Amino acid sequence: MAEMIKVGMADLNLCHAPDAITTLGLGSCVGVALYDKSNSLAGLVHIMLPDSTQVRQNQNKAKFADTGIELMIDMLVKEGARRSALVAKIAGGAQMFAFSGNNDMLRVGERNVEAVKEQLKKLGIPLLAEDTGENYGRTVEFYPENGNFVIKSVGKPIKTI
Amino acid sequence: MQEENKSVDNIEFDVLTEIGNIGAGNATTALSQLINARIDMRVPKVEMLSFADLAEVVGGAETLVAGILLTIDGDINGTMLFMLESKAAHMLVRQLIGTEGDAEALFDEMETSALQEIGNIISGAYLSAISTMTGLQISVSVPSLAFDMAGAILSVPAIEFGKLGDEALLIESQFKDMDVDISGYFILIPTLESYERIMKSLGLR
Repeated sequence: MAEMIKVGMADLNLCHAPDAITTLGLGSCVGVALYDKSNSLAGLVHIMLPDSTQVRQNQNKAKFADTGIELMIDMLVKEGARRSALVAKIAGGAQMFAFSGNNDMLRVGERNVEAVKEQLKKLGIPLLAEDTGENYGRTVEFYPENGNFVIKSVGKPIKTI
Repeated sequence: MQEENKSVDNIEFDVLTEIGNIGAGNATTALSQLINARIDMRVPKVEMLSFADLAEVVGGAETLVAGILLTIDGDINGTMLFMLESKAAHMLVRQLIGTEGDAEALFDEMETSALQEIGNIISGAYLSAISTMTGLQISVSVPSLAFDMAGAILSVPAIEFGKLGDEALLIESQFKDMDVDISGYFILIPTLESYERIMKSLGLR
């Protein structure tokens, strides 16, 4: 029986097929799935903030786009993934509340997505697909056996990217 | 009283608890007047919760909730979130405008504005208690409403707390309306400077 491995807020984990890996109710946070298809091995990180250098309390590496993605790559490689084979799919980064004006706090979803993309580019990891932005929450499930990233939202059809 | 909080010391925690008590008490009175029914409030629970546990208070990250977010200006800057479980939100709306809705259904336009108004009044009462207690002037923005998964709604305050540590301060107020329990949750996130100002105004710095 295949298991569904859960990843919490500001957390990360790895997953071998036939198991799948999920994070529930992503809002302005971004879920980044990295995988090596030939090994059926994937990792999922639930990122809350764009930049660890802007925050004093930055010990939890999984919380930030810059440190979280690097940490996950290290873990995947240790687990047997080929660094050069890693590809990414991402989801989340919504703006949950609508406000007029340029409130920095409410743009954090957008900034998280930008930071994740920048980091993937810097590390040379191709971004295969994304479902980001908008104004609704997402539960995501990643299946390493076929590379499907399944996205569920309230009142919307299930999406696979 | 929780002892395991790490980001704020115990005196500050007590102060935040007291602020929460007074704010929630005032909010309950306002809510009672709004829906014209007697509402009892239990003593609010104040907790420092890790991000992992935050959504568990409403039954998990995928539980449907209504979240009302306001930004705060004046002597204190920051954000406040008032969150209601879907069932409670539907019930309050029904009390206010008399519609019969399915507890899991999305809100229509009229219900949305009713809910926004509920959020506005409750949050306003909550903040005005803090303002009176501290002598600080607080003004609030027009509330913004979202109806979604608890994890997604809570990500907004969690991210703000995430800049300071790995925990968030949650004040849970349980109201009792006739036979039904309604749980409402407040999350107040003052900026660091505002937090200092609150403590100072209360003679704690």
